[in-house]
Amino acid sequence: MDLLFDSVRSAIGLLLAFDSELVDIVVVSLRVSFFSTLFGALAGVPLGFLIAYNQFRWKRMVITCLNTLLALPTVVIGLLVYSFISRRGVFGSLELLYTQKAIVIGQLILIIPVIISLTISAISRIDNRYRTSALTLGANNLQVAWVICREARFGIIAAIIAAFGRVIAEVGISMMLGGNAKGFTRTMTTAMALEYDKGEFVLAVALGIVLMAFAFAINIIFNLLQGRTNADTV
Amino acid sequence: MKRLLAIGVALMLGSFTAGNTLASDKVLKMSTTTSTEASGLLDVLLPALEKDTGIQVKVIAKGTGAAIRDGMDGNVDVIFVHARDREDAFVAEGYGTKRYAVMHNDFVVLGPANDPAGAKKQADVSSALKAVSESGSLFISRGDDSGTHTKEQDLWKQSGIPVEKKTITVVKSGKDVEISTIRPANSDAWYVSIGQGMGKTLTFAEEKQAYTMSDRGTYIKYKFGKTPAIDLEIVSEGDEQLANPYGVIPVNPAKHPEVNNKLAVEFAEWITSAKGQKVIADYRLEGQQLFFPDAM
Repeated sequence: MDLLFDSVRSAIGLLLAFDSELVDIVVVSLRVSFFSTLFGALAGVPLGFLIAYNQFRWKRMVITCLNTLLALPTVVIGLLVYSFISRRGVFGSLELLYTQKAIVIGQLILIIPVIISLTISAISRIDNRYRTSALTLGANNLQVAWVICREARFGIIAAIIAAFGRVIAEVGISMMLGGNAKGFTRTMTTAMALEYDKGEFVLAVALGIVLMAFAFAINIIFNLLQGRTNADTV
Repeated sequence: MKRLLAIGVALMLGSFTAGNTLASDKVLKMSTTTSTEASGLLDVLLPALEKDTGIQVKVIAKGTGAAIRDGMDGNVDVIFVHARDREDAFVAEGYGTKRYAVMHNDFVVLGPANDPAGAKKQADVSSALKAVSESGSLFISRGDDSGTHTKEQDLWKQSGIPVEKKTITVVKSGKDVEISTIRPANSDAWYVSIGQGMGKTLTFAEEKQAYTMSDRGTYIKYKFGKTPAIDLEIVSEGDEQLANPYGVIPVNPAKHPEVNNKLAVEFAEWITSAKGQKVIADYRLEGQQLFFPDAM
């Protein structure tokens, strides 16, 4: 219990002092997570929509494969990307390893399946009558897609929130591809792992509390985006 | 490497079967630094120990900071670390009973083969580090509060380069405690602190073709015992300041009654005896002597 008490006080102290090291860590974390989630959504939502909306031969198989990818361990992704971008790898000359870009690449592999998969289930849940009514009212394909996406926005934004949660909490990829370099690629999670290794448990838990505080703030913003839906009244 | 792996597997299997059938009361918990484990020394030292005394050692390998912390928390019976000042403090504060000087090896400063900072030409380690800092070449620091990191901070302090001290305040047992680290002043552009183990730091420095500091054992392992080998070369070695003494400290049973002090002392006495010291002196890694006995 003492550990938790000390940690809460340390977390508040660090936040109030606006500690420059902590600010760096938080900025790197949010920056990387923001870009991963943004690119992940730009790729994942349209793909999920296409798979859900169209009928094709191997659809069930594709969905099963996507769901399997949800279990892909971050260490495996880290190793895979590492082997491509290390100095001796195929893309070694780009000097990507141990940069924020490298983390974003790894995290995209992690979350694109998450976003596709959850988008598919959000879209599949929309009543087919939306589609037929839109069509009878003379909507073109793009307009139909818009109607369906608008109806499914709660689920789609939930997919993006899940993806954001996954990347900001993830440590394997950030550690292996980012390298935990202070001020460059040190994120909240790798900083916590480091403080644990150093035996500074108080600081590790304090960072965890800061992370949860930011996650809460960001989820409030997402919540406003989702807008009012049936879920409010349940 | 294969041989080491085989020994490791054999050890693991051995500890499983032996632990279940006999002498389960002769199991010693030891926190040590990653360098003793990664160097492979423990793979020959511990079987010799078990043969002589029947003591089995459960090894927890961490950075020196975390290993000392384990000792302070009474998680282990004995610690085997290398950070002289902190070891003395550990004993002075009553966490350990006595420090046994076991052995030493040395640190080396490494850099890319083309040596853009011209550190190889320098007479001693202080001027080599000065050359690195003036050239603006990248320097990778362990930054993990380990023995190697502690040493590196000492070296920067002694080199005469202006250093800056970064302190943060956390609360421990209701009291404010300061944690500080030292690094060269205004070094944001070239000093990279990654907070990882020695092996990862070498890989990082290799990737970035940067300078770094390592214990000789881990360096030999990555340079001669690994394919593909790293390209980094030694740019400074042999300076007195680079010596790296290791000590064994039994955890004080007065602080933590649950620790097995008798076994810890037996271990410390064996490792500083003629037999233990001979194993250390005879150990070769890729044909090179790594550790020099201190107790004889």
